Amino acid sequence: MLDTDVKILYERPLGFTETTTHYCPGCTHGVAHRLIAEVLQEMGELNNTIGVAPVGCAVFAYNYFAFDFVEAAHGRAPAMATGIKRTLPHKTVFTYQGDGDLASMGMGEIVAAAARGEQITVIFINNTNYGMTGGQMAPTTLPGQKTSSSPLGRDVETQGYPIRTAELISSLDGASYVVRRSLHDARNIRQAKKALRTAFEVQKQGMGFSFVELLSTCPTNWGMTPVNARLWLKDYMIPQYPIGDFKVSTAVEELAKGG
Amino acid sequence: MALELIKGNEAVAETALRVGLVSYFGYPITPQTELLEYLSARMPELGRAFVQAESELGAVNMVYGAACTGLRTMTSSSSPGISLMQEGISYMAGTEVPAVVVNVVRGGPGLGNIAPSQADYTQIVHGGGHGEYHLIVLAPASVQEAVDLTGLAFDLAEKYRMVVCLLMDGFLGQMMEPVELPEFKPVNLSAPSWAIGSENKDKKVILTSININPPAQEIFNVKMMTRWQEVEKNEVRYKGYYLEDAEYVVVGYGTAGRIALTSVRAAREKGIKIGLLRPITLAPYPVDVLNDLADKAKGFLVVEMNNGQMLDDVTSIVAKRAPIHFYGRMGGMVPYPDEISTAIEEMINSEPDVNRDARGVWLAKMRELVGTGA
Repeated sequence: MLDTDVKILYERPLGFTETTTHYCPGCTHGVAHRLIAEVLQEMGELNNTIGVAPVGCAVFAYNYFAFDFVEAAHGRAPAMATGIKRTLPHKTVFTYQGDGDLASMGMGEIVAAAARGEQITVIFINNTNYGMTGGQMAPTTLPGQKTSSSPLGRDVETQGYPIRTAELISSLDGASYVVRRSLHDARNIRQAKKALRTAFEVQKQGMGFSFVELLSTCPTNWGMTPVNARLWLKDYMIPQYPIGDFKVSTAVEELAKGG
Repeated sequence: MALELIKGNEAVAETALRVGLVSYFGYPITPQTELLEYLSARMPELGRAFVQAESELGAVNMVYGAACTGLRTMTSSSSPGISLMQEGISYMAGTEVPAVVVNVVRGGPGLGNIAPSQADYTQIVHGGGHGEYHLIVLAPASVQEAVDLTGLAFDLAEKYRMVVCLLMDGFLGQMMEPVELPEFKPVNLSAPSWAIGSENKDKKVILTSININPPAQEIFNVKMMTRWQEVEKNEVRYKGYYLEDAEYVVVGYGTAGRIALTSVRAAREKGIKIGLLRPITLAPYPVDVLNDLADKAKGFLVVEMNNGQMLDDVTSIVAKRAPIHFYGRMGGMVPYPDEISTAIEEMINSEPDVNRDARGVWLAKMRELVGTGA
């Protein structure tokens, strides 16, 4: 053995259970999970957090985090989180939702929760399709994108246009912090973590509703290698879904500066 | 304690407060809205949670979240809203969390109208949402009974970790009666060990309705059915009137049962040996008492404000041991006592026939009653 100081550079965050996930190789759900676990650990909130899992690929998220979790009906996570947060206002409560869950089935619940300024944090995974059911068209599917339910490519004339969810939520007065980040490379992942930290701090300080959209990959349903999926995200998703801060309330701006 | 004159919807709301309601989530719909309005003032006043949700879907899923904390929560609605809430009710049943749902039933189907009805019996008693589960269903016949059953609803929900439905109708919701309200009890904020965020738990809690492996789902279903057997054994409630020497028995619950009592009393004055069985728990149903009555009664008359939804249950229990008659009004129409008196007379004067088609005979009469429109 070398007689030197040992410095741990990488280990399982305390917010994770010791298990393997069911996510496909190259899928960015694992990255998003890890960032959440790291942020809550760094904030000392692991024992004070309740997560709300969605219906979709992250339906079993509750198995991977080491704190209390509930599993919502499809799209209803913001309503369920509202019930929890209003009952236990000192807990940190977050939802983790995909695009079919949040932007299709649950659009009513997410808009209402944001408009109420509900003191919860919403993490929104945008991978342009319904992953769990096998890659059908989602509200976020790009124009022309082929999916298992838009086999000729999304025709906006008959199948409508993609929804820019973060921009939509940012138009609501009740929302305090609404941003979009991407998980396609290390630099963007670091920025995503910072945004998640701010979002959870917003909740902890009682500053209102916080929302982080994370552009994510779905190599299996996109029919791509993990590397190509990340390149596709960068080349095709970011032009449609620009990375940025869409709503940062004055109080949150102060918080972000201080942090 | 002094009696207070109070409207049914408000009496239920005030009682829920007094027995320690921690959170309420609802959505306006007639004839239930006063319950929501009342709590919109009282809950914040007491520092408790109140949210007027974006929809009944939102409301019931907020209740689902709150129920996962193990602290007392409820919602209320009326028929169309209750249809929307079936999603959350099924999920709560599948997660074994306690909650109270008040249904102030109105005429239907569809938008129907806002008049009193019992048309949601089958939906509430025999299912409603997807999958297999039971609700405990309590059916008051007066504002006082609604008050008493509200307290019981929370106790039963917690005892069995189930959803309890207080099944009222527009009459009971809107009517004012003098009642004695319960004493104000302190709120219990000590959550059970199975609840999320509980101080009393020793490990991470996951609350979900998923059992992705069918064998695990079946084990869960067996457990739920076993618990329901316990409920059937312990929680049957009903009220019998003049049943000791009754040759004929009227069966009715809620407002229909209460109106039928007037007709039964009138018949007694004429010397007719008739009694009333008024189920208070529609689930679990008072099977045993009806079974005993079926061995000795000369005839049954089922009275409802629907098309004979409980009639089917009574028919199955009586099992052709006695003739069954039916009188119902639909669409938000409420029977007058003299209509039920006529039905009693017809039962007594008809040839006993255990195979008679109670619903068919009634429907033929209804076509005459409502005229050419049908």
